[in-house]
Amino acid sequence: MKTPRVFKTIDGCEAAASVAFKLNESMAIYPITPSSPIAEWCDQWASEGKKNLWDTTPAIVEMQSEGGAVGAVHGMLQTGSLATTFTASQGLLLMIPNMFKFAGELLPTVFHVTARTVATHALSIFGDHSDIMAVRSAGWAMLGAASVQETMDFALIAHAATLRTRIPFVHFFDGFRTSHEVSKIEMLDDAVLRALIDDKLIAEFRSRAMTPDRPVLRGTAQNPDAFFQGREAANPFYSACPDIVQKVMDEFAEQTGRKYNLFEYVGAPDAEHVIVLMGSGCDAAHEAVEHLNHHGENIGLLKVRLYRPFDGRRFVEALPPFVRKIAVLDRTKEPGATGEPLYQDCLTALMEELSAGRSLLKFMPRVVSGRYGLSSKEFTPAMVKAVFDNLKSDAPKNHFTIGINDDVSGSSLPFDPDFSTEPENVVRALFYGLGADGTVGANKNSIKIIGEETENFAQGYFVYDSKKSGSITTSHLRFGPKPIRSSYLVTKANFVACHQPGFLERYEMLRSLVPGGTFLLNTPYAAEQVWSKLPTPVQESLLAKKARLFVINATRVAKESGMGGRINTIMQVCFFALSGVLPKDEAIDAIKNSIKKTYGKKGEEIVKMNLQAVDNTLAHLHEVKLTDNKLNGAGPLLPPISPDAPAFVKNVLGKLAAGFGDELPVSAFPNDGTFPTATAQYEKRNLALEIPVWDEKTCIQCLKCVAICPHATIRAKVYDAAELKDAPATFKVTDARVPEFNGMKFSLQVAAEDCTGCSLCVEVCPAKNKSEAKLKAINMRPQPPLRDAERANWNYFLTLPEFDRRKIKTATLRQQQLQQPLFEFSGACAGCGETPYIKMLTQLFGDRAVIANATGCSSIYGGNLPTTPYTTDGGGRGPTWCNSLFEDNAEFGLGFRVSIDKQKELAEELLKKMSPKLGDEFVTQLLLADQGDEAGIYEQRQRVIALKEKLQDLISVEAKMLLSVADQLVKKSVWILGGDGWAYDIGYGGLDHVLASGKKVNVLVMDTEVYSNTGGQMSKSTPRGAIAKFAAGGKPAGKKDLGLIAMSYGNIYVASVAMGAKDEHTLKALVEAESYPGPSLIIAYSHCIAHGIALDTGIGARQQKLAVESGQWLLYRYDPRRAARGENPLQLDSGAAKHKVKDFMLTENRFKMLTKSKPDDAKLFFEQSQTDADRRWKFYQFLAARETKPQVTAVIETAVHH
Amino acid sequence: MDLTTTYLGLKLRTPLVMAASPLSENLDNLKRMEDAGASAVVMHSLFEEQLRQDRLELHRHLENGTESYAEALSYFPDAGEYRLGPEEYLRHIWRAKEMTKVPIIASLNCSSVGGWVEYARQIQLAGADALELNIYHIPTDPDVPGEMLEENYLNILRAVRAEVKIPIAVKLSPFFSNFANMAKRFDAAGANGLVLFNRFYQPDIDLEDLEVRPNLLLSTPMAMRLPLRWIAILHGRLHASLAATSGIHRAGDALKMLLAGADVTMLCSTVLRHGFPQIALIESDLARWLEDHDYESVSQIKGSLSQKNCPDPTAFERAQYMKALCTYSI
Repeated sequence: MKTPRVFKTIDGCEAAASVAFKLNESMAIYPITPSSPIAEWCDQWASEGKKNLWDTTPAIVEMQSEGGAVGAVHGMLQTGSLATTFTASQGLLLMIPNMFKFAGELLPTVFHVTARTVATHALSIFGDHSDIMAVRSAGWAMLGAASVQETMDFALIAHAATLRTRIPFVHFFDGFRTSHEVSKIEMLDDAVLRALIDDKLIAEFRSRAMTPDRPVLRGTAQNPDAFFQGREAANPFYSACPDIVQKVMDEFAEQTGRKYNLFEYVGAPDAEHVIVLMGSGCDAAHEAVEHLNHHGENIGLLKVRLYRPFDGRRFVEALPPFVRKIAVLDRTKEPGATGEPLYQDCLTALMEELSAGRSLLKFMPRVVSGRYGLSSKEFTPAMVKAVFDNLKSDAPKNHFTIGINDDVSGSSLPFDPDFSTEPENVVRALFYGLGADGTVGANKNSIKIIGEETENFAQGYFVYDSKKSGSITTSHLRFGPKPIRSSYLVTKANFVACHQPGFLERYEMLRSLVPGGTFLLNTPYAAEQVWSKLPTPVQESLLAKKARLFVINATRVAKESGMGGRINTIMQVCFFALSGVLPKDEAIDAIKNSIKKTYGKKGEEIVKMNLQAVDNTLAHLHEVKLTDNKLNGAGPLLPPISPDAPAFVKNVLGKLAAGFGDELPVSAFPNDGTFPTATAQYEKRNLALEIPVWDEKTCIQCLKCVAICPHATIRAKVYDAAELKDAPATFKVTDARVPEFNGMKFSLQVAAEDCTGCSLCVEVCPAKNKSEAKLKAINMRPQPPLRDAERANWNYFLTLPEFDRRKIKTATLRQQQLQQPLFEFSGACAGCGETPYIKMLTQLFGDRAVIANATGCSSIYGGNLPTTPYTTDGGGRGPTWCNSLFEDNAEFGLGFRVSIDKQKELAEELLKKMSPKLGDEFVTQLLLADQGDEAGIYEQRQRVIALKEKLQDLISVEAKMLLSVADQLVKKSVWILGGDGWAYDIGYGGLDHVLASGKKVNVLVMDTEVYSNTGGQMSKSTPRGAIAKFAAGGKPAGKKDLGLIAMSYGNIYVASVAMGAKDEHTLKALVEAESYPGPSLIIAYSHCIAHGIALDTGIGARQQKLAVESGQWLLYRYDPRRAARGENPLQLDSGAAKHKVKDFMLTENRFKMLTKSKPDDAKLFFEQSQTDADRRWKFYQFLAARETKPQVTAVIETAVHH
Repeated sequence: MDLTTTYLGLKLRTPLVMAASPLSENLDNLKRMEDAGASAVVMHSLFEEQLRQDRLELHRHLENGTESYAEALSYFPDAGEYRLGPEEYLRHIWRAKEMTKVPIIASLNCSSVGGWVEYARQIQLAGADALELNIYHIPTDPDVPGEMLEENYLNILRAVRAEVKIPIAVKLSPFFSNFANMAKRFDAAGANGLVLFNRFYQPDIDLEDLEVRPNLLLSTPMAMRLPLRWIAILHGRLHASLAATSGIHRAGDALKMLLAGADVTMLCSTVLRHGFPQIALIESDLARWLEDHDYESVSQIKGSLSQKNCPDPTAFERAQYMKALCTYSI
């Protein structure tokens, strides 16, 4: 041990970043979960001017895709920079072509990979080895870390080894389980890095770099005469690699005392049963093996560290000599293979070593293979035990699965979920919080305090749901005197805290509490009142477990301390007070110090209110004595899904919603990832504290509120008075005001249980109460007292008939908004700026829409289980939706179009052939149907129904074929949806190609000007001067003008819209785009939480208006049909700026923040942004004012007749 | 002609001082003010409430939405250090001092005592020659008595006085029951000057949007009557200097203020309307008038028509209003 030991409590991403930053000079990155934080750390340190090992700040460049990032790294390495990137999943797969090149060119580098599931039947952001296994043939060394400590250590070992071996390394660790686990680890001192990294090797690396001073030729093309030999020429490097890695590990051990081997055996020296695995599962297995051996078993575990090059000799040598049976566990699945990859490697190694007589093994062990932990499925000691139990049997199951119940193929092993190896000296705590209440942040802070202020080791792992509004978080904390190996969720908690009173009636959180454990509840009720307010099952659990119950009204304490809704500090104080990990006073001092450290730079007020909250807490924390209490609770838990839901929704999706998805068997799931739509309606989330209440007397029936509502929870209907039967007493009705609807009734209704309370509707309401101007036609009022009545009103409202689409004029918003939205109740953020566009799209075209959706926010709120907001109309029609990838969405959508058109063409050909049988006139009607409006589409649908009936009676191959494609005779609307990360960056090449194809596809870009879903990274859409990740100093370059680029083709309908600024303009653009017979592109300004605005206060629409009125965002429509008529195709629809751009910019934190960090730069950016806006306005004004002559472009012709 | 005057103990070339305005936010403008003859410049105000608000807002936005969703645990990069205090303002003062020779008077806008009084010391360190405290408070709580408000004003002055050695001027509104008494108490509490009077944003109603929109219109010469009265009344009764502000648009306006007893007259609206040359124009008109009327210096006329020195002291008292009313005929 040469350096003093320094411990820090950090997560895996930071651990990897801290080494990567030190040992690299150049980085090219692209955000992808869960690796994004590694790059973000590096970017932050670089922006702070921190230095690497050679006292220089690494250069970081954000690229347009992982394909771009790896290309840039290739260039960096070829020209002699120590370079790296960080990625996962699809991102790693996009790098594969280059990775083959790197290996072929013996370029030393380490890619740090947070191993993540590759999307198959579904996307998953969580961890398994399917991505890293997909690159195992690329010729890279692969080193797998199993814990946060190993992540830091192996990052260094990999860097040292790549320089010595010249083989590029993938350093991988499990996504989320390791990348996001916060753990107390020993930090690596620079001296250790220096000891392992040989500058001489760096000089040699640089001497091989491309330079015109010593010109070389690389990347040649070779023929059969040369390629093969050249490919084999590098063999010695691979042969030498394992020894070199082991040597580095040995040197590392000398420096740090932490000893690693390529294959690490743990357990009984004479074990007969051994399991083999790699990654974070090793720690759970380690804990289980130690526990079981302690209880009389004789078993072992072999951890695989260096997976490639696979050193078969060392692998076999590492096994105990008397091993009889081995289970090799793979965290991946290769359908159709003889077994998963690690299993195959182990088997091959055993066979080779034994048959060559090199092994000390007495005989060939029996080897079985198992799959576990796909997409971060839990892997626990109970499962490890089950694997050993399987080995014990005479005929162990092979190709088994563990951790699920496979009732389809029978692959799974049973396990006892109650089996636990949690050491008694480890304190386990579980916290249920709301995303917005700061629970996770507080727990991360607690872990740091415990890890850094006490001798304890500490671990924190955090689980988030996939909703962006009202999301529930669970924090799993452990601390104890020894390093913690429990790489699985806490299920036996000594301490459970419920930070949100509402959760108690929905989630069975006491299931995890151990007998005698402590339950802390944030509740509005006093200690003496709270008992009878608890749901009965909660009372039962508390009594049965003889638990201690503590209560605090943290919401009130937070409010009184000036903390608003953030109860984090208060609950943190309670945790320390009750857990006893530190003496109370010391704990409070530690919290206070941490508050000063964390918030000091944000100003005295912030520190003061947090300190105030600490001081106010303990007086409000009370124990509720349970000894005399009886069961008198507030009834059962609320069902997660409406009892009226269809069986699949209730029994399968409902389990997922309740947090018990792990209990569902394989048979519950579709075999190809297909799910029903129209399911979000059953998930009554009751998120809103306040909901809009309609004042029918003030209302002018403009329906702006209906249009802007991101969650489709406020709707209007116009109907005959005769329909109004048995209405609930509080159901509101008034006379319809639109002249066409004269004599009819009008109702505006809120779905109280689905509303998120964002108040965007109130913000856009133009009507004011005549005698009290602060009141509008809708006003926010507390939800709970209204809930029951409004539930009844909503259900009644749904029974009223939808207005006949054929009679709605879509030219005006007040009529168009009567169309039923086929996108409702999504999990998007409260006040989301994207979803109103999608909703309007579904109102207009949803019953015939086919949607291709790029990965991003819209694919998460659109298609993340358990439910989907896409829904159906009364006829069962609605949008059909699919997400392919992030990068290929435009191409995916184009595929829809080509396919649909081809099938339509086939149908038309068949119609013509079958005309004599079907009737010439009927066929002519079908072929020449005008589907230009709703009436035309309706008529065609009727004809197709009639056609299908006729075809049923005809027995011919052609009839059957026509039957299968007849539906394509009704016009289909192809929509390609995504955000700016997709359209401006990763998908731009494809988008450009698809737009240029002339095909009738509609593209809707919901432009938030930043990668929203992955946490605010800069895109090429980010405006100049905006702060984003990778643009901490404000983005220096201006926003790419995607619309202008598209307009340059001349045959693309292009519109730039902002619904919050001019809703009817958006409507007009959508209608025009869809009716245009060629490609269309709508770029829709979407306000976003990543802009640094108070999204949940309805401010979004105001921001859109300001953006337009300041000239920061232009409204326009470019319609090539106008050019054909001799008109200027471009119509500039926004007026000259009313405000300075700065006036807009200062209202959003993404711009304003820079005035607080780099005021001079901010000033310059404000000026440049004004110049940008002025120039843009003048240029567009010039374009829109040009005189044009009639022209018919050949491309439009193509488009029309394609 | 000797135009010199003394304000806050500072010897000034003329009594024409540039009042606090957004113009001083631009350093080039400071040079132009000096070139046009401004004898001192009061900088634009540092609003302590604004800084406080900015800090709370930044904190809120940086925390909003964090740690809620697995893929986006935050939405902004950590900027490392933030300048959430008066750093920018201090830098501006420092630069102003670097590039001009005229006294630079910093301005601090505040409504209650707080941690911000520390800013006063930093302003002094940045090189400001004096500090103008712009204290404002619109009391709307009917339970708060006037004395409490008055005490709050004085406490602010005392707190700042304790922080700095440079002269302090207090810019006030006329809305006190007995302004003369308040002036005396400010004087006693250590104010080196009083600036009469502050003009507030006043609410207006937008008839189209039915919204209340406070705004500030440029002053008209009529606005000078109120400070004129109080300067005349206070002249010779306080140790503190008196600065006249509001409605001084021409040399004649400045002269009237000087005659009433102002040590300096502050220009704002007229410069915003007519540009910097207006300062030079007023100065030359002022000098010419003095010459034409056989005066030797500004100090000679200062207060010569104050309540103390004017032939009819009651002209400045309330009775005058009655008289004027009586003599007004339709």
